[in-house]
Amino acid sequence: MTAGLSREHEEFRAVVREFAVAEITPYIAEWDKKHYFPVEVVHKMGDLGLFGLTAPEGYGGAGADFTSLCVAIEEIGRVDQALGITLEAAVGLGINPILTFGNDEQKSQWLPDLVAGRTLAGFGLTEPGSGSDAGATRTRAELRAGEWIVNGAKQFITNSGSAITSVVVVTAKTGERADGRAEISAILVPNGTPGFLVEPAYDKLGWHCSDTHPLTFTDVRVPADHLLGERGRGFSQFLATLDDGRVAIAALAVGCIQACLDMSVEYAGQRTSFGVPIGAKQGVAFQISDLAVMAEAARALTYKAAAIKDAGAPAKVFRQAAAVAKLYATESAVTATRIATQVFGGYGFMEEYPVARFYRDAKILEIGEGTSEVQRILIARGLGLPVE
Amino acid sequence: MNIVVCVKHVPDATANRTFRASDNTVDRAGVDGLLSELDEYAVEEALKIAEAGDGEVTVLTMGPEPATDAIRKSLQMGAHKGVHVSDDAIHGSDAIATSLVLAAALKRLEYDLVLCGMASTDGVMGLVPAMLAERLGIPALTYAVEVSIDGDRVTVRRDSDTAVETVVAPLPAVVSVTDQINEPRYPSFKGIMAAKKKPVETWTLADLDVDASQVGLDAAGTAVTSYQARPPRSSGTVISDEGDGGVQLVDFLAAQKFV
Ligand SMILES: Cc1cc2nc3c(=O)[nH]c(=O)nc-3n(C[C@H](O)[C@H](O)[C@H](O)COP(=O)(O)OP(=O)(O)OC[C@H]3O[C@@H](n4cnc5c(N)ncnc54)[C@H](O)[C@@H]3O)c2cc1C
Repeated sequence: MTAGLSREHEEFRAVVREFAVAEITPYIAEWDKKHYFPVEVVHKMGDLGLFGLTAPEGYGGAGADFTSLCVAIEEIGRVDQALGITLEAAVGLGINPILTFGNDEQKSQWLPDLVAGRTLAGFGLTEPGSGSDAGATRTRAELRAGEWIVNGAKQFITNSGSAITSVVVVTAKTGERADGRAEISAILVPNGTPGFLVEPAYDKLGWHCSDTHPLTFTDVRVPADHLLGERGRGFSQFLATLDDGRVAIAALAVGCIQACLDMSVEYAGQRTSFGVPIGAKQGVAFQISDLAVMAEAARALTYKAAAIKDAGAPAKVFRQAAAVAKLYATESAVTATRIATQVFGGYGFMEEYPVARFYRDAKILEIGEGTSEVQRILIARGLGLPVE
Repeated sequence: MNIVVCVKHVPDATANRTFRASDNTVDRAGVDGLLSELDEYAVEEALKIAEAGDGEVTVLTMGPEPATDAIRKSLQMGAHKGVHVSDDAIHGSDAIATSLVLAAALKRLEYDLVLCGMASTDGVMGLVPAMLAERLGIPALTYAVEVSIDGDRVTVRRDSDTAVETVVAPLPAVVSVTDQINEPRYPSFKGIMAAKKKPVETWTLADLDVDASQVGLDAAGTAVTSYQARPPRSSGTVISDEGDGGVQLVDFLAAQKFV
């Protein structure tokens, strides 16, 4: 039992675990090797209601809490991180902005299919020239004759080029504010709009089964009503989007640490050296003890942040908890994969063992949705420090 | 249309299952229990039939207190209500007694169709559906791989090694289904939350007018006289081919009576 989780959360955890072990585990090594994005698993996750957990019932969702989404991401991530991020990004970056900032028409146009897992949406914030400094967006959108004309490029966009991607929300400079800073807005660009080019998928170190593409926009025209939320509010909108996303990434990291722990305990009991199981050696056993502590601590921080969100606490309180959880959980996940690989010795370096895949997959956790450095900046600011 | 699904709570087949040394009955305390996997197919089929028309699905189980978990899982999948027959006297009951108790419970329920899994994953006898039909005086259609309802008739397909049979019977009837019939759904979070509010009734033998002397270990027609732990798995035989690999393989298979 995890503190703050209800009996229903735990029962749901058991269901998602059963689902992941049956639907993902048997195939994942092959998919990972082939860099294959399993659309069929996305549909199945949709049938299980994972994309719609936090969406209202009117759009086909469950109207459940944020905590339940974190449980689902943790359990999918425990079996495979790439499919965990597919779920996380689909909800946190795809559905959430439309749900939170969209008008009724936009919501009824896009949400039912997204919630059911029939389609996916991407969120394009990062650009070739700006990641952490997302406010320095160079993509531009001009309103002319009732149409937004979008020009620019986005980098590393998750779920943006799959066979079932229906729309990408892009942030773009839509003008200049009175104080001289850029006015940033968010615009819905449907897949297939002329001039919107999805470049071939990246060749990534990890997350091979996750769909990531560069996007270019050349005189892309969409109707004026494709503005998402208020004009000029794009910056604060994505900050809010990212706060939720951080906790979800922390949950994904918890799944990674737990997987490392499970694999290590099993292997250390079986593998023998010098006539005893390697788990009999303190040098191995103590490292695995550390994994257990990391799993517990990361899980506690993650569900604390989720509970703060579910309780409707002030944004400032949630932001701090989210950054703390993301920083600790993701850095622990990277450490955990290093330890687990060490426990496996040479076998840990072989793709034959899942521990190698987790090792490759973990690093991005410290980078996506705000790097560890950015989390430390946020935390320091939350402490009132005058950090730059 | 009222459908009653008989489900069983069994020790997890993937865990280390054993018997109780005191009376040679299945040890239910030492191992996590769950809804028998083979019964999930019956629940799924009931839900499909109910969803296609206008049906209500009741799950019925007999077993000690934790057996209510099997009901809850069925309710989470989408069944409407549950009935749990629980009584200390039931402990150790065999298939004959189980069918007696379930039939008594069914007589207190409204049903057009009774669905069962083809066997439980612990006892694996597969006798209860037929016994139940006999006690209720209605047709038994066993090992169905396809079920369809047409008015007041049920049609099932049964696949055997040599024939495909289509069997038709008037309702009400008892139908047992195999693991080939469908793919059971996973409960959704919505289903888990909804299950909390669904009604579950608990009945005792007295509620069913069943005499305790007819059930339980003492009344059982079968008895487990002894049991042994499964022998540890021995390591396999490796045949290296030095020209006579094929002959060695055939000899091995012949020795195991495979060919
Ligand atoms: C697989 C993958 C999927 C992704 N999916 C998406 C997506 O769906 N949508 C999206 O918009 N983006 C996505 N991203 C982008 C991701 O969010 C960015 O890569 C990340 O925010 C970092 O930005 P950057 O790569 O431009 O690095 P930079 O911002 O250039 O940072 C480089 C280094 O400098 C450090 N640094 C930068 N500024 C500071 C500072 N002020 N103080 C201290 N250190 C600093 C960083 O921490 C980092 O270590 C994805 C990335 C990857 C790899």
